[in-house]
Amino acid sequence: MLRHPKPDRTLAAPCNSVAALIVSKTSENLIEIKDLMYSRGSRVIFRHLDLTIKRGEITALMGPSGTGKTTLLRLITRQLVPQQGAVFVDGVDIATLNQRGLYALRQRFGMLFQNGALLTDLNVFENVAFPLREHTKLTNRLIRHVVLTKLHAVGLRGAADMLPSELSGGMARRVALARAMVMDPEILIYDEPFVGLDPISMGVIVRLVRRMNDALGITSIVVSHDVAEVSTVADKSYLISDGKVAASGSPDELSVAKSKLVRQFMHGMADGPVAFHFDAPDYAEQLLGRDN
Amino acid sequence: MPTLFKDIYEDTLEFVRTFGAFQLFFLRLVRHTPRMVVRRPGLIIKQIYNTGTLSLVIIMVCGLFVGGVLGLQGYSNLSRFNAEDSVGAVVALALLKELGPVITALLFAGRAGTALSSEIGLMKATDQLSAMEMMAVNPVRRVLVPRFLGGVVAMPLLVAIFTCIGLFGAHIVAVDLLGVDVGAFWQQMQLSVSADDVREGVLKSFVFGIVASLLAVWEGYNTIPTAEGVGRATTRTVVITAICVLILDFMITAVML
Repeated sequence: MLRHPKPDRTLAAPCNSVAALIVSKTSENLIEIKDLMYSRGSRVIFRHLDLTIKRGEITALMGPSGTGKTTLLRLITRQLVPQQGAVFVDGVDIATLNQRGLYALRQRFGMLFQNGALLTDLNVFENVAFPLREHTKLTNRLIRHVVLTKLHAVGLRGAADMLPSELSGGMARRVALARAMVMDPEILIYDEPFVGLDPISMGVIVRLVRRMNDALGITSIVVSHDVAEVSTVADKSYLISDGKVAASGSPDELSVAKSKLVRQFMHGMADGPVAFHFDAPDYAEQLLGRDN
Repeated sequence: MPTLFKDIYEDTLEFVRTFGAFQLFFLRLVRHTPRMVVRRPGLIIKQIYNTGTLSLVIIMVCGLFVGGVLGLQGYSNLSRFNAEDSVGAVVALALLKELGPVITALLFAGRAGTALSSEIGLMKATDQLSAMEMMAVNPVRRVLVPRFLGGVVAMPLLVAIFTCIGLFGAHIVAVDLLGVDVGAFWQQMQLSVSADDVREGVLKSFVFGIVASLLAVWEGYNTIPTAEGVGRATTRTVVITAICVLILDFMITAVML
């Protein structure tokens, strides 16, 4: 795997925010979220959320729909800023970073978006090559080798010349995965990586996630509803509900947990603390028009 | 009444806030411009093609017919005073100073402006801009600046082409169809049109290019990321650009008279 050139760490000045980010830390926790509060309008998404993500592990963020898992990823990558509390990456409060510092941080991240977010005016090859062309001075020949390697890893080397509009949803997500890992990031974030994949692709991608994490020593964060697949790949899972961490532990620990909420979610039960129906007036009364 | 005053106050505040944000947005584009011109000229050239070259057909067809109409109207009205030889001068002044820049800007807003707004809006709606942010690529610099500059460069060129084709259209109607003397047509034009007239047209084309491109990328970048939001942004681009172009046309004309 290619390691793109990194700045000389010995030259990093400790007071510079960019430099602070590229100094390799050795603490066990790579990402720490402390007392996080975030709301949209009157709707509170997170209240006093505390969460840590350990270096070198695959951490799964799970929870019912609408609990803010994707929002949490956006807070971790500072696409959103918390209203209270802080997100620390390698000990640095990312809310204090200027744009240069933030971009230096993001070069350490790779993110797979829910919908792939491929650039529609570029073909598959150029989409994967995009970060390399923007951030490195590699020759076209080397870029070609790297891109084809990554496309081969996701099984789409043969689709290099296709446009995103010609890809199926699952193929687009695999291309997006190749793009997310093309810079060999330290932290890989997957937002619903298994949605829309056929069983063969899903198996390959699950193994790829595990293998990359172990071989490259990176840290992975996986947001997924897919309890079965996440259980095979995650070292630790957080179950988020009602704006905070409802449970955490290894997939095995969660699957035998006594909590009703954890059992409902892990075993996909209709009845439990999490209501299937959104708050609504009485069904019969509404059908009879007596709800006014 | 208190509610009315409160609404007016809040609307005014919102307008001032939006206008301030718009100016800051413009400064951000300008700040990134030198770097993009030096380091990524290819991206700008691609956008000149998208906004300029792909607008050529509509600009040329409209220019031809606007010139033809001017020739026809000019001949019809000037012949009442036996001044039909001046039709070349009238058409040239009208195209150079007013109709060339204004109509081209309106057509540009309808063709290239809407394309820019909807493209950027869809990129936002499909998380492409967020993906760039996550790849530590500034979307303002990578996406907006080339599109803005492409429009700014393309507009004066389109105005020049529109004006030339318009003169050609007027020539066909006035000289070839209505029998105005070809020598008089060109001579009157040469005598009446000064460098100041050309300068006024060039200035307007630059100003309209900046305004039309800026509004298009602004509306696209601030789209509500839904299908309806993209549609609204596209419509707003055309409407606001048309109003701004006509107001600015009046102001520049008043200043340059």
